[in-house]
Amino acid sequence: MSDKILLNSKKIQIIIQRLACQLIENHGDFSNTVLIGLQPRGSHFAERIASVLTNDYKVKNIKLGKLDITFYRDDFRRRDELLNANSTEINFLVENQKVVFIDDVLFSGRSINAALTAIQSYGRPAEVELLVLIDRRFSRHLPIQPDYKGATVDVINEEKVLVNLSEETTKDAVYIINKKEK
Amino acid sequence: MKTLSVPNLLGIKHLVKQDIDLIFETADNFKEIINRPIKKVPSLRDITIANLFFENSTRTKLSFELAEKRLSADVINFSASGSSVKKGETLIDTVNNILSMKVDIIVMRHPEVGAHEFLAKHVNTKIINAGDGTHEHPTQALLDSFSIREKFGEVAGKKIVIVGDILHSRVALSNIYALQLQGAEVKVCGPTTLIPKHIESLGVSVETNLRKALEWADVANMLRVQNERMDVKFFPSTREYTQLYGINKELLNSMDSELTIMHPGPINRGVEITSDVADSDQAIILNQVENGVAVRMACIYLLASQIRQ
Repeated sequence: MSDKILLNSKKIQIIIQRLACQLIENHGDFSNTVLIGLQPRGSHFAERIASVLTNDYKVKNIKLGKLDITFYRDDFRRRDELLNANSTEINFLVENQKVVFIDDVLFSGRSINAALTAIQSYGRPAEVELLVLIDRRFSRHLPIQPDYKGATVDVINEEKVLVNLSEETTKDAVYIINKKEK
Repeated sequence: MKTLSVPNLLGIKHLVKQDIDLIFETADNFKEIINRPIKKVPSLRDITIANLFFENSTRTKLSFELAEKRLSADVINFSASGSSVKKGETLIDTVNNILSMKVDIIVMRHPEVGAHEFLAKHVNTKIINAGDGTHEHPTQALLDSFSIREKFGEVAGKKIVIVGDILHSRVALSNIYALQLQGAEVKVCGPTTLIPKHIESLGVSVETNLRKALEWADVANMLRVQNERMDVKFFPSTREYTQLYGINKELLNSMDSELTIMHPGPINRGVEITSDVADSDQAIILNQVENGVAVRMACIYLLASQIRQ
């Protein structure tokens, strides 16, 4: 097995701090901004960022939601496996709000495309930004780019970027794994 | 891989517990979606569904059509009255003609028992049973169980009494199968003439005394008397039926514990249920209607997922 650790727990912590500071630079007191984590792992990552904003930088009243895009995906009936849907928890309208999508990995851009459709069910955002932990460069199927990114990686098609967050596994880590060997 | 164990939804009898769990988990998500400001998802934008109703329907037909439209499917509607069925066309010919128009899923209600099973053997398409004669009405049973699960957290261990015209009811049979599959206890209650012989062989108990049945139950599912399916008199008069098997507020208030009241509709107010009960907080009849759209969305979505692109 040739799994390679791309980011360890400490580096992930540093990245979350940096991304939180970048968000403050652009969104100030967050009065017109909502953070939307894309289910499932993007929502854990969004909770981490919201927690740093609230606890370390004393930003009050962060509006945080979770968005599931299962029913908006463009690969329904094209995958071997039926994807399990997760819950969507958005208890506010996004009309005229600045929306920041938060996800773990940006790969083809199709998930973000689905999220752009899904978020319209909650109103017309003033603008939408994208924050990702990992940007897989040169693998996009759609013209979608992140506004904030933790790290950039170049990986070949046989490889996969796996983000483990302690909410779901034992520790935080980002790996590059070889799909053929799995 | 999580998917339904069946290629069509012909009846609850063909399902396993995991199918019901999957349908309910999926319906939970759709229930959240149909309460959003914009209630539509694009999942089935390349699917066409034909609703074939060879028997009258209001609620079921509207509920299916809304579910299909919420999933962005293209929908065509067909009712037997005013169609070539009246000119002598067979069921297989009618359906094959509709399928030639590149329809992916058939939702059908038919007065003949087993019409869907017959059709499934002869045509190559997905079929959902929206009611076949006095046999099964699977989506109604699923939405009934979903509503019980929503109210109590789970169906297992609950005591449900189905009251009324059991003999002519497809809702009763599908409910018996669905509730037992989930571990609920089921009792049927009604005049002996409206309870099928040997129904105990399905694992249900029979009670002819309404008060005793209600005192035993957590939930009472009230069925209407299906006069349109009766060619002889099964009880002396509607007044007598109401006195013995109708539920009213006075009766409900005299119970030791609070009973939950369900009804699949259409309600005959003042016959099997009085207005003050149907409109009370104990009744979850309108929740059933709302849940019907979410549950039908789940059934359609899960069957559509089996159609390969």
